[in-house]
Amino acid sequence: MTTTTLKGREVHVDDEGFLTEYDEWDEELGAELASQIGIEMTDAHWGLIRFLRADFAETGQTATTRRVATVGGVPVKEQFQLFPKKPGKKMSYIAGLPKPAGCV
Amino acid sequence: MRRLLILGAGTAGTIAANKLRRRLARDEWDVTIVEQRAAHYYQPAFLFIPFGKYKPAKARREASRYIGDGVTRVSGEVDVVDPQGRSVTLVDGTTLAYDYLIIATGTSPHPEETPGMADDWHGAVHSFYTFEDTVALREALAKFDGGKLVMHITEMPIKCPVAPLEFTLLADDHFRRRGIRDKVDITFVTPLDGAFTKPVAAATFGGLLSDRGIALESDFMIESVDAEGHKLVSYDEREVPYDLLVTVPVNRGAAFVGRSGLGDELDFVTVDKGTLRHTVYDTIFAVGDATNVPTSKAGAVAHFEMDTFPDQFMQMIAGEEPEEKFDGHATCFIESGGGKALLIDFNYDTEPLHGTFPLAGVGPLPLLKESRLNHLGKLGFEWAYWSMLLPGRPMPLPAHMSMSGKKTPA
Repeated sequence: MTTTTLKGREVHVDDEGFLTEYDEWDEELGAELASQIGIEMTDAHWGLIRFLRADFAETGQTATTRRVATVGGVPVKEQFQLFPKKPGKKMSYIAGLPKPAGCV
Repeated sequence: MRRLLILGAGTAGTIAANKLRRRLARDEWDVTIVEQRAAHYYQPAFLFIPFGKYKPAKARREASRYIGDGVTRVSGEVDVVDPQGRSVTLVDGTTLAYDYLIIATGTSPHPEETPGMADDWHGAVHSFYTFEDTVALREALAKFDGGKLVMHITEMPIKCPVAPLEFTLLADDHFRRRGIRDKVDITFVTPLDGAFTKPVAAATFGGLLSDRGIALESDFMIESVDAEGHKLVSYDEREVPYDLLVTVPVNRGAAFVGRSGLGDELDFVTVDKGTLRHTVYDTIFAVGDATNVPTSKAGAVAHFEMDTFPDQFMQMIAGEEPEEKFDGHATCFIESGGGKALLIDFNYDTEPLHGTFPLAGVGPLPLLKESRLNHLGKLGFEWAYWSMLLPGRPMPLPAHMSMSGKKTPA
């Protein structure tokens, strides 16, 4: 398990840079992770990140784009507008969660 | 008399009925199974039928033949479950009360969920996950003399997640044998970021595709199929043209699961991944493809679940917490064409790795590597499926995944 320093804090990450410890994340780190991948956070962005965090706490898994659409109420098209190209990956990266696994 | 009610007589439901019937005293327990279909299909054959390598009629048998003595059979389609009142109502109005319920109604493809996908179904758009679909694809492939063949996955999870890769490799082999490989462009289109979900296997599978000149279009989240223009369109506005599209539509659990408030957003039953008990109702269980557990939807998983589940079930109905937990174990042969196959073995925590696989009586099979022996293993499995697996007889395979023989990445 590797660690990296973000905003002066040491956090655990996997080899793609996704945070691996749920509790090491806060919104300040989220904003830093977003700027790393070129996302400017608005209220709409934060709404999705907060949904992903709460849903993970409940289910133990990162919500897929389908779940964000059906349970979180934000259509997939809009997720692509907020987080271009790879919304599933980008949202989970900013939220400090594993990328949604599409299980084997 | 207490009643165990099982919904669905596919692989998982049939094994559950046969194994649990032997465990539950006949003078105390009725075991009833609801058969939603008269036919039981040998589904691994669906991959070979399109290439003319397997006779369709051979894949279909009568479901009731494989359900053992002492199990009550009911034919019908499930309408709804009342988890508080502990009863199941069928579409014809029959009501079946239960003490314990096992849901084994699997997963089904839904092309109508993707705009445009169903518009040209069995025209230029095909699939191979149902008997009708694989037979229709056989005719389409026989007529296909060149052009763009696209193998496409709509969204995870899907049944038998290695099958699209196998189909692609077998198609390459098929066109070579017909002497028209140079007239066919093959593209593999996936919502994942590589040829597979897990890194070690994804690298191996990606190599198999590029060695054969097969293009990989990854991170492709489909928005619609343009049935007239013959192309796939993604949310980020990429387009993939096709002459023949072979797709894996959205997979969903049975609709009654959602209607009864027992499932997730795709109608897969929400269960504990170690015990297969429902997350809310302790008299309800789910097995096989019908669950939301994070492992493959595959017959091998149903098989390994049924190695641990009968003991767990007996403990849970006695009010005890089972000590042994299901580990998500899956073992899959992957046909790669030319009479060879690869083998992968993994569980919830361990991704498919290189090494060898100890199989009693067959010997060490190479993992994540093409070999003739693996292909023979896959062919030989059919006999074991009908005569050992479905009746619930012991198979020479360990229930839990073992690290023995596996090479862990440095």
